[in-house]
Amino acid sequence: MKPFRIICRSFRDSFKSVLRNFSLSMASIICTTITLILVALAIIVTVNVNHMTKVLEEELTIVAYVEKDATSEEVEEIKNKIARIPEIKEVIYKSKDEWRLEMMNSSETLKDTLDYLEGNPLLDSFIVTVDDDEYLAPVAKEIRDIDNISSADYGEGMVEKIISVFNIIKNATFVIVIALIIVTAFLISNTIKLTIFSRRSEIEIMRLVGSSNTSIKLPFVIEGFLLGLVGALVPVILTIYGYMLAYEKLGGSISFAVIELVKPVPFVLYTSLLLLIIGSVVGMFGSARAVRKYLKI
Amino acid sequence: MKFIRIKDCYKVYKNGVAAIAGLTLDIDKGEFVFVIGASGSGKSTLIKMLYREEKPTKGIVEIGGINVSKLRNRTVYKLRRKLGIVFQDFKLLPKLTVYENVAFALECIGMKGSEIRPKVLKALEHVGLKDKTRSFPNELSGGEQQRVCIARAIVNEPKLLICDEPTGNLDPNTSKEIMSVLDAINKDLGTTIIMATHDKEIVNRMKKRVIVLDSGVLLQDHMKGSFKISETV
Repeated sequence: MKPFRIICRSFRDSFKSVLRNFSLSMASIICTTITLILVALAIIVTVNVNHMTKVLEEELTIVAYVEKDATSEEVEEIKNKIARIPEIKEVIYKSKDEWRLEMMNSSETLKDTLDYLEGNPLLDSFIVTVDDDEYLAPVAKEIRDIDNISSADYGEGMVEKIISVFNIIKNATFVIVIALIIVTAFLISNTIKLTIFSRRSEIEIMRLVGSSNTSIKLPFVIEGFLLGLVGALVPVILTIYGYMLAYEKLGGSISFAVIELVKPVPFVLYTSLLLLIIGSVVGMFGSARAVRKYLKI
Repeated sequence: MKFIRIKDCYKVYKNGVAAIAGLTLDIDKGEFVFVIGASGSGKSTLIKMLYREEKPTKGIVEIGGINVSKLRNRTVYKLRRKLGIVFQDFKLLPKLTVYENVAFALECIGMKGSEIRPKVLKALEHVGLKDKTRSFPNELSGGEQQRVCIARAIVNEPKLLICDEPTGNLDPNTSKEIMSVLDAINKDLGTTIIMATHDKEIVNRMKKRVIVLDSGVLLQDHMKGSFKISETV
């Protein structure tokens, strides 16, 4: 029961201390709030960018067309050759008749055009997926070198550019978030430092009457924890309501249907939990730093 | 076995000042001992070593069988719970009442609320402040503040009370009052008291054991009542 009483007492002291140094506590809380709002934005951007990149990457396939006059043995040989490339995930053969059917089904105009034409002007093809998008270019080149292949293409240029822009966004937000977290930790550390100074005589008496080091340090660590936790509340609310509203307004997608947003549930819940954890851990880390540095016992 | 045993004790501060030089001393349970000497004689260092604010550079400082010099920083609190310490500057918390100041010492060590109340009231009764429980320190006279400090020191029923010039800030009459409170604690509760002081008048009148320090060396050790003011250095 004794440790429990000491913990209860520490919580009581931490609450008192937050109220006693109200303006300073508010400064820490507001700074934590601003930081965590940015962290929340960064998480939302990063997760969505990741999601979009994945969607894009999944759609990345190489389409290799076979020369018009290739015999069925030659087609078989091409298939074997493609399958032997180590980075290949899957090779699917799609004949010109399948293409024709697909195109005719997709639009009336195309159907009319294809009906008008004599025979099938399309080419037999292989749809190739690779293990990783970085293999796209070399694999496409290798396929082009195979005999009887007329062409092998993928979304060259555009897709790579989008992915690299996404990567820049991800890295930049990561750096900004880390910097902000460090600033917040320092600010909380500073608040705790002032609390320690304002409670110097109390700490001295505690030491002299036989308080253990843990029971002296605990209230300060809890105070940092509380500052971080309270600072995380507004960002959590903003994340939950803000993201749900944004998802609803944008109809789940941005500009064109290929790029879609991550579904709000359970994403916002995980993000909120993460914000609470970041807030409280940064708070405790900041106060632990101050305790280590300024509380000599 | 002696309650306090100090053997071949040396204390040299980082700046090279030797505060205690080869001190050997025994104190029995229930004794009332004055430690006197000029400024810089090592009184305060001796007192601080007893409650392990300072560690001896060499030698043994033993209280109730615990070798104080070997205690680690994080276990010092175990020793402090067995001691009471009274200071010249009282060290009371201004925002707490008399009762809260005394109770604070027990709360800090995690004592149950129901146990705290009777102990605090008993300690305040000992020092004659039972009717001032709700006063704040700034509403009390110097002597009363020092009595609160004594109540806080004895509330946990320590075996040893260490007083570092408790009358240093008080006028002669108030000093007398404080000394009678300490004497009563010594007699009624059997608490061993070690008191560093400059006030030779008090020392002379109380007729207790007197240890005279000079430059960190034990100059004289007068057994109970044998000390005379003319003998001071």
